Amino acid sequence: MSLDSKTVANIANLARIRVPEADLPGLASELSGIMTWIEQLNEVDTKGVQPMSGVLARDLPRRPDVVNDGGDPNKVLANAPEPAHGFFTVPKVVE
Amino acid sequence: MTDLTHLTIADALDGLAAKKFSARELTDAHLRKMATLKKLNAYITETPERALAQAEASDKRRAADGKVGALDGIPLGIKDLFCTEGVQTTAGSHILEGFKPTYESTVTKNLFDAGAVMLGKLNLDEFAMGSSNKTSYYGNVINPWKRQGDTTDLVPGGSSGGSSAAVAARIAMAATGTDTGGSIRQPTYGRCSRWGIVAFASSLDQAGPIARSVEDCAIMLGAMAGHDPKDSTSAEMPVPDFRKGLTGNIKGLRVGIPKEYRVDGMSQEISDLWAKGAEWLKSQGAEIKEISLPHTKYALPTYYIIAPAEASSNLARYDGVRFGLRVPGKSLDETYELTRAAGFGKEVKRRILIGTYVLSAGYYDAYYLQAQKVRALILKDFTDAFKDVDVILTPSTPSAAFGFNENEGDPVQMYLQDVFTVTVNLAGLPGISVPAGLDAKGLPLGLQMIGRAFDEETLLRSAQVLERVANFTALPAGV
Repeated sequence: MSLDSKTVANIANLARIRVPEADLPGLASELSGIMTWIEQLNEVDTKGVQPMSGVLARDLPRRPDVVNDGGDPNKVLANAPEPAHGFFTVPKVVE
Repeated sequence: MTDLTHLTIADALDGLAAKKFSARELTDAHLRKMATLKKLNAYITETPERALAQAEASDKRRAADGKVGALDGIPLGIKDLFCTEGVQTTAGSHILEGFKPTYESTVTKNLFDAGAVMLGKLNLDEFAMGSSNKTSYYGNVINPWKRQGDTTDLVPGGSSGGSSAAVAARIAMAATGTDTGGSIRQPTYGRCSRWGIVAFASSLDQAGPIARSVEDCAIMLGAMAGHDPKDSTSAEMPVPDFRKGLTGNIKGLRVGIPKEYRVDGMSQEISDLWAKGAEWLKSQGAEIKEISLPHTKYALPTYYIIAPAEASSNLARYDGVRFGLRVPGKSLDETYELTRAAGFGKEVKRRILIGTYVLSAGYYDAYYLQAQKVRALILKDFTDAFKDVDVILTPSTPSAAFGFNENEGDPVQMYLQDVFTVTVNLAGLPGISVPAGLDAKGLPLGLQMIGRAFDEETLLRSAQVLERVANFTALPAGV
């Protein structure tokens, strides 16, 4: 699989990582190299094989739906870059 | 007094119990040595004051009633991927520079509850993505080992490069590490809680110890492991007394040698050492059997779909809003984009992009779903093999440690470093690497043993016998 600059720009946008225009061709060729190597997986016959999302054979455990943590906004905000009035802040999103 | 930094944990615990030295003296000796080996860049953050306070508290406990924990007074290094309350936790990334968790990871909490002393936070590949510790924002870690008659700096392996360098250089008695594709070798997936460990690929990440003897690994693992309701993948299984299980007896043990691991281009030295390892185990009463793990060659490409896919999702949280770096932009989207562009390094970006691509509409089935199916086949290979054998013996890496400018340029060449280890992560099995010999240039080479899920006891027992026969006593120069 060969990725072009346009595809890489699209992926970078989906991943919300700004990539300078000038870096796109180099990145495209690097990622193409990796994807070409990965494509050998297509030769494996996986008909009837159940996909495996994790090694645990059991269902995830459940717990009662009760509040068991929280109530400490100062801790939650301790590492926030720009907290204000007990909230996280972001640039204005609604005009 | 003998140099306290050269003791094993087992010997240090005996020495502390016999009052031959105090925890304070033991910690002091390590802090002094850390000051002389800063050039290794093994630690990102040193915590000497905290270490001395913990050591003194340990001495007080011992003096008061002698009731002490399994690691009381033992100075450890903690990989900087484990959140430590009030102590900067960077994951090797610029994006988390200055991040001080307000909580303690379960594994470090378990260690501190057992009386361990923290010397500092150890360097690592950024978000644990790398095999040579070259992707850390905080600089390369230098391997204390050098080739004979050659001053070239070598890589310490990765991603737990600070951990391996510190333990080898005697600036930590042991260290925590994590393993996603081959960093340290690990217990069974689910044995140690992942809560409070900065996530890379959740279905593969597992914490484990790195130490200077198999017995020390057993002591460390016993203290780190245990069920934790805060990690839904943590196993509700009793933790056996791993140290007690080290009986030294492997009579009748069936050891598998996977034929697919004889890869093209494997050096004669590695293949000789591997054969020697099998002979050693045989001489101790084990039975050697050739086995087949037919999907081995597909493990790395499978890994390089699954790990980046999970990473791209896990690392979505670094958005400049709640913690970590923020680079302000005119809009929210621009803030995300600028923050992530400035905060992540090259390899992390590369993997996020691959992960985003294989999960994107139109490619999910072709890549991600196929990789998940091949992963199931890789696990089945092991399940089938373990019907006939109790442990598996393989080389740990395809070569000895390499220089910083070697394996440069082609990411795939670097990924191949993990060819023998990554299968184990995909299958969630326990693995251990034991130093077993030196190559012609005087660099250590390791042998890996792989065990059944949740049978670390057999694995550690076998590894200790291998360690005993290999009798590896070499030290890096200047340590």
